[in-house]
Amino acid sequence: MSFLAENFPLIRDAFLTTLSLAVVSGICALILGTVLAAMRVSPVPALRGLATFYVELFRNTPLTVVFFFLAFGIVYVDLQFPSRFITAVAALSLYTAAFVCEALRSGINAVPAGQAEAARALGLDFRQSLTTVVLPQAFRTVVPPLGNVWIALAKNTSIAAGFAVADLTALLQRLSNSAADELALVFVAVVAGYLVITLPSAWAISVLERRLAIVR
Amino acid sequence: MSATVLFDVPGPRGRRRQRIGSAIGLLFVLALVGLALWRLGINGQLEPARWAILFDTRTNVPQRLLGALVDTLEVAAVGMVAATVLGAFLAVGRLSDHAWVRVPVAAIIEFFRAVPLLVLILFCFLFLPRVGISTSAFGALALGLTLYNMAVLAEIIRAGILSIDRGQSESGYAIGLRKWQVMTFILVPQAVRRMLPVLIAQLVVLLKDSSLGFIVGYLELLRTARSLVETLNFQFGPIYTFQLYVAAGLIYIVVNLLLSLLARILERRSRRDTKAAATGKAELPADVQMGGGGGV
Repeated sequence: MSFLAENFPLIRDAFLTTLSLAVVSGICALILGTVLAAMRVSPVPALRGLATFYVELFRNTPLTVVFFFLAFGIVYVDLQFPSRFITAVAALSLYTAAFVCEALRSGINAVPAGQAEAARALGLDFRQSLTTVVLPQAFRTVVPPLGNVWIALAKNTSIAAGFAVADLTALLQRLSNSAADELALVFVAVVAGYLVITLPSAWAISVLERRLAIVR
Repeated sequence: MSATVLFDVPGPRGRRRQRIGSAIGLLFVLALVGLALWRLGINGQLEPARWAILFDTRTNVPQRLLGALVDTLEVAAVGMVAATVLGAFLAVGRLSDHAWVRVPVAAIIEFFRAVPLLVLILFCFLFLPRVGISTSAFGALALGLTLYNMAVLAEIIRAGILSIDRGQSESGYAIGLRKWQVMTFILVPQAVRRMLPVLIAQLVVLLKDSSLGFIVGYLELLRTARSLVETLNFQFGPIYTFQLYVAAGLIYIVVNLLLSLLARILERRSRRDTKAAATGKAELPADVQMGGGGGV
């Protein structure tokens, strides 16, 4: 236990890195995913095609490959992210956005057609009926899947450790060399770090779900 | 709700506007691609000689990449088989009538779903050797993938078992079968069959996750590309790096796309099949498809 106390600043920093990685990429992925979902139901075939292509591509690409290209590939087109952290955020956001889009699209499909028909009958155009009628309802029905995507994202941040971001998993690798005897303890601490993020999230999601659920 | 409710079918003027907009958008995308290709060209990355190395058998590159693909598929196959078998047992255990079986099994499933896959793999890779169980990178990766995926598959199979009509098990009991017989001969086979498209989709997820071998040093596609780059850099200087990375990434994406296609075909077939009908929507939830750790 004293070992954990000694390394507390390290563990805290690693935990905060993981948390901020998850939060920042979560927000970016939510925005990008919403735009993609809107594109997928839009009247313009080209936009639909582009969004479908994006989702199919990223759903079938391992996250490690996305990381790999953003970390080592884009220097060949003379691009460079300012820091490792931002590289990781970009990879996680681009990857997760595809899944956010899929979750949202299933939510949009779950909104009864009558809602959109009523909006159209009132004379709202595509943008208005989507943003004021369909999407608000879609967001409420997709709280559980979106929440699960968020939890999966929080766990996927561990891959950033393989690309030199000092998060919880990187701490694990680092301490496994220097503190071989205490390795079990380090594992417990790291797992606890992830659970501190995921368990309250799961609880909050179930509360939100109950609050926001639409009874049909 | 069909998407067409959201907007009117565009008239001639609207269609023209759309076409113009699409053309401008297309030009913009093409310009971006062109810009990227131009930068690549300036850096000399597009020279045919550099790409030829991918097909040049004398340098051993195609053989190594093919071997890496086989190794990747191998670890995914081992993980898939072990995870399906263990997952079926866990699913049955979680449905047990005895609390002393049900509760620990539920705890195991929830634990392995809650921990990031990479942490599980690192646990097998770094910790197990310390307590006297030696694991290679292959063993650690396969074990980590198995532990995580068995928990996910257990939940999928459990959902499959629960979705089977109650009459099936009732008639099983009526003809005098025991509980384990009803489970093994009636419920599990139907559940697995019903969940086949989802199981294949999970294989895609598993294959995606096998790329985590890159981090523990298992020679899957990405790690092989990396090690090839190092050897070739030593021989010729750093001129083949980009080509090898692109090749490794593309192989991953193409194999995954093919497997996704297979899953979709299987799903369509099983929907047509009357015996496995009423599958409803057999699709993995988005968080499971993300790999690396589903929901809690």
